[in-house]
Amino acid sequence: MGRRTPLFRLHQELNARMVDFGGWDMPVQYGSQIGEHHAVRRAAGVFDVSHMGIVDLKGARVRAFLQRLLANDVAKLKTPGRALYSCMLNDAGGVLDDLIAYSLSDSWYRLVVNAGTRDKDLAWIRRHGDAYGIEVTERSDLAMLAIQGPEAREKAVQLLPPAHADAALGLAAFAAREFGGWFVARTGYTGEDGFEIMLPASTAVPAWRKLNSLGVASCGLGARDTLRLEAGMNLYGNDMDESTHPFESGLGWTVALEPRERPFIGRDALEVIARRGSARKLVGLLLEDRGVLRSHQKVLSPGVGEGEITSGTFSPTLERSIAFARVPSAAADSVQVDIRGKLLHARVVKPPFVRAGKPLVSQAKDLP
Amino acid sequence: MSNVPPDLRYTKSHEWVRTLGDGRVEIGITDHAQHALGDLVFVELPEPGRAVRAGEPCAVVESVKAASDVYAPLSGEITEGNARLGAAPETVNAAPYGEGWLMRLRPAAGALAAAALMSAADYQKLLDAEVG
Repeated sequence: MGRRTPLFRLHQELNARMVDFGGWDMPVQYGSQIGEHHAVRRAAGVFDVSHMGIVDLKGARVRAFLQRLLANDVAKLKTPGRALYSCMLNDAGGVLDDLIAYSLSDSWYRLVVNAGTRDKDLAWIRRHGDAYGIEVTERSDLAMLAIQGPEAREKAVQLLPPAHADAALGLAAFAAREFGGWFVARTGYTGEDGFEIMLPASTAVPAWRKLNSLGVASCGLGARDTLRLEAGMNLYGNDMDESTHPFESGLGWTVALEPRERPFIGRDALEVIARRGSARKLVGLLLEDRGVLRSHQKVLSPGVGEGEITSGTFSPTLERSIAFARVPSAAADSVQVDIRGKLLHARVVKPPFVRAGKPLVSQAKDLP
Repeated sequence: MSNVPPDLRYTKSHEWVRTLGDGRVEIGITDHAQHALGDLVFVELPEPGRAVRAGEPCAVVESVKAASDVYAPLSGEITEGNARLGAAPETVNAAPYGEGWLMRLRPAAGALAAAALMSAADYQKLLDAEVG
């Protein structure tokens, strides 16, 4: 039996199919996975993401510590209540985890880390935090809901007292604020507008029921995966891990090499790679034949070399298969994918595939 | 609760077999199987003329989540794949025992009698045991 979130019994009551995800018993779908996907693209859906690790860091030197710990620079967070996406690297520049850092005050930051890496992350953070006098607290007392979709924010604020609803609606993208014990962030993992809300575990079930009663669809990790892939967002463990660095994982944009005097962990290794250029890159693929791209399928770029799919699925919005693949940097814009011995054609495209409900890649022709 | 029509026969790997009037058989996956797979988005069927042996993987059904093999319930020659499924694989979810059939096969001599097929009652017991 895996670990359970405060919403476990409610998922069972809603007839969710449960799967193991990073050691947690999580809902993969409640009804149709494609139906849940469309609910988020067209209206609003709610996901239980309480399995993710919420870690509070407090101390007078917390900012300096995060500037050492993270490959992105928290100095970009000019005011409290802003969020920053970053990789946390090992000394070799390999990705230990990707995370969101929220600044709450000069001496208080909150990290949200992946479920499968939280224990490893905590050990790493504590080890490096000691020298900075950082108090590290895992917030297992909180649940976390992601409410996503074009109608998500107007539905979600109905969970708050009316006095707070307007303020929550006024949050800018990537901004966050606490409202009477509820931490509301305008962030997400779907390519749609919406909130991620961290709330006391005891209030998670009534909040979910209220959202359902407002027409917000219960959505599982299955839809979350197709949504994030369409949105061009990486999944830790699939698209990057300790054996890969950000430049070959489509995450170069999250690495702040400026200012040059900021000595973050992994910097020396990344500078070497940046100088000589990465041998591989992570690209988006659109399958131009019928079939479904899946992780670990081989990608062939004739005359250049081979690569591999890191995440692949059927895109419900585009109604064809999409993927991320790690390929040689010189790979052509048209590649072949080996699916059960057949070579199918795929086009290299720049993610995201879909943003705010709209396809961003052209489906030039009908499928054969 | 899965639908298990009494007039079909079944395999442990959740295929069903219907005997057609001309001696051929029609093969598909059960309601239980389509439900477990979820929304189907691609079906790969064998070419007509291909000889298959009982228990051999002969088709692939892919849902959003994963690809799964379909096994030949008995030996014989494939005569037809369900062409409708190329553009509309979701037909398998909507009508697993009807319009969502996968393929038709002419059994090899004696293959139908030799096949390890279950009655609807026995297949229902298998499902009950899996859930229990």
